[in-house]
Amino acid sequence: MAKPVAPVSTSDYIKAYRVMLVSRVLEDKLAALYRAGMIKGGVFLGKGQEALSVSVGIQLRRGDLFAPLIRDQAGRLAFGDTVLDTLRTYLGSALGSMRGRDGNIHRGRPRDGYYAMISHLGAMVPAVAGGLLARRLRGESGIVGATCLGDGGTSTGAFHEGLNAAAVDKLPLLVVVANNRYAYSTPNSRQYACADLLDKAAGYGVTGHRADGTDLADCLRTLRTAIHQAREGGGPQLVVADLLRLVGHGEHDDASYVEESLKKSRLGADCLQLAESHLLDQKWASADDLRSWRNEAEREVNAAADRVRREPIPDPAEEDWTALSTATMRENPGTP
Amino acid sequence: MITYLEAIRLAQQKALATDPRVFLYGQDIGTFGGAFKATKNLSTEFPGRVLDSPLSEDAIVGIAIGAAIEGARPIVEMQFADFSTCGLNQIVNHAATLFYRTGTPCPIVVRLPSGGTSGGGPFHSQSLEAVYSHWPGLVVLTPATVEDAYSMLLESVALDDPVVFCEHKFLYYHLKAERLPDEALPIGKARIARPGRDASVVTHGAMLHESLAAAELLAQDGFELEVVDLRSVKPLDTDTVLASVARTGRLLCVSEEWPWGGVAAEVIARVSTEGFGLLDAAPVRINAKDTPVPYHPELWAVHRPTASTIAAAARQLLHI
Ligand SMILES: Cc1ncc(C[n+]2csc(CCOP(=O)(O)OP(=O)(O)O)c2C)c(N)n1
Ligand SMILES: [Mg+2]
Repeated sequence: MAKPVAPVSTSDYIKAYRVMLVSRVLEDKLAALYRAGMIKGGVFLGKGQEALSVSVGIQLRRGDLFAPLIRDQAGRLAFGDTVLDTLRTYLGSALGSMRGRDGNIHRGRPRDGYYAMISHLGAMVPAVAGGLLARRLRGESGIVGATCLGDGGTSTGAFHEGLNAAAVDKLPLLVVVANNRYAYSTPNSRQYACADLLDKAAGYGVTGHRADGTDLADCLRTLRTAIHQAREGGGPQLVVADLLRLVGHGEHDDASYVEESLKKSRLGADCLQLAESHLLDQKWASADDLRSWRNEAEREVNAAADRVRREPIPDPAEEDWTALSTATMRENPGTP
Repeated sequence: MITYLEAIRLAQQKALATDPRVFLYGQDIGTFGGAFKATKNLSTEFPGRVLDSPLSEDAIVGIAIGAAIEGARPIVEMQFADFSTCGLNQIVNHAATLFYRTGTPCPIVVRLPSGGTSGGGPFHSQSLEAVYSHWPGLVVLTPATVEDAYSMLLESVALDDPVVFCEHKFLYYHLKAERLPDEALPIGKARIARPGRDASVVTHGAMLHESLAAAELLAQDGFELEVVDLRSVKPLDTDTVLASVARTGRLLCVSEEWPWGGVAAEVIARVSTEGFGLLDAAPVRINAKDTPVPYHPELWAVHRPTASTIAAAARQLLHI
């Protein structure tokens, strides 16, 4: 007998909201640092997608696998990433988990089940499936692996091959698609021709779920159900959420290609503001609570940023300049 | 003044204007004008011939190949060279083998925004010219000047073979020229970018400019480096390289890509096997370090060859 899904409680909602809030405050800080020229390379934010992202990260358990993508700051924090390590990675601190070798969203700690995305979209789908396969071969059960991607990412060969292969092996894989209507400037109409991205679930023989990406309660419920079904042996689950990103593709981009009518539609609503209204309407929190939570988030983010700015940057002379773990396999030809 | 990037845009504009078989295909290249704006306004100027693709590199190249078989001249854009590996199969196993297997040529151009820039990191910095050169059946180009970016892209479109066009992102904005050329050295010919008598520096892409800067440094010490810009790494102009080494007796190869099986390794192999007697000293090469391209600007600056590391290697080669 499959266990029933536990309902989403008030405290679940509040906890998730507070992670969203920290994520938003942190991303605002990253944008400001970018504008101040303090971040080399790109800054890619998930504003408007926090409700969906947090609902994935916060409902996974210790021991699960998670491969977040570009717009998953909230889900990352919920899964155990920290404000400090985010800032360290963006600002290139030598003390960050990526040690200046990789930056921004390309961070993770694979040994802790927190996979570090490569840029190549779709690539994490089969990788998480493989992680789950290995767990199964080791005799472990009850583990779930989740990865997120955008509408654009669904057009890659890796997405197709990964989801298909996971379905063949009935792996407990969750693929969460944030359909924010654009891949960089490319609208859905140039991305796929099926009436609905969720139609793809049937083609792969996996269960499909739809979420309203602007509505935290709906995201929490939908993801809870999907994760539960994967954990209970239901095979891969495809979740498609409808929303917009409320920022440019990266901070260099003004997103002028996003249609005005879309921005004004329900999809253009800010999930964080909606969650705040909901908290107030339900009397789950007061305006004072919201203010003090925001202040707390700002204090944490600012303190971490100040700390990271004083940290050492990577020293090329200290680097071992090798990409191999096996010392005896190392060589460095053709370099002075 | 015309930038390197604008030269690439203008070459595509001219190709579209003068050859009805040409069309452009790639991610965000339509109204948006491409991630780097290399196709800005072209979709308006040439309606229906500058098409946004889905996020599908394998399909982008495959579609170009099919179109070429049917007589079109597609130019496809990879958003970054690094993502071309998602289309690698179509490039190296389909485009590159078509003529050999069937006698039907495959005139496609695959544009790869290549090479490192500060903060680019492991997946937005790669130089893949050596990889693509490994497979028979491809022409692989690495324009290092505004003029070459323009003329070599136009020549690529006219060519009946598949071209991997490695345009360097580091040169996009700051390299400028007064005007675009009407005539140019053909693909397959290297160019003496700076004549000199003491050692030959053979290089390509953004490393041309680091090498020229190194030559300036050496000139202050009274030594003259001859800098050879390969322009095209496949075919590789062995004659021009050998002629240069015949004049100088010394060879220093500089490449931004990784060392193993790189362009520098190939040049040294050719000079050692075909011109051993011309050498007064063992050839030297400098490549990027054998790790992924690091994100942090401080690490990146050391990862790739620079004017100062090239100058240091040249001094060693010259026993200064
Ligand atoms: C294979 C591959 N091709 C191209 C890119 C360049 N690129 C980075 S993000 C992006 C758009 C992604 O759109 P989508 O998947 O919808 O995610 P979103 O940015 O909307 O969250 C593109 C084209 C890439 N990262 N990987
Ligand atoms: Mg999208």
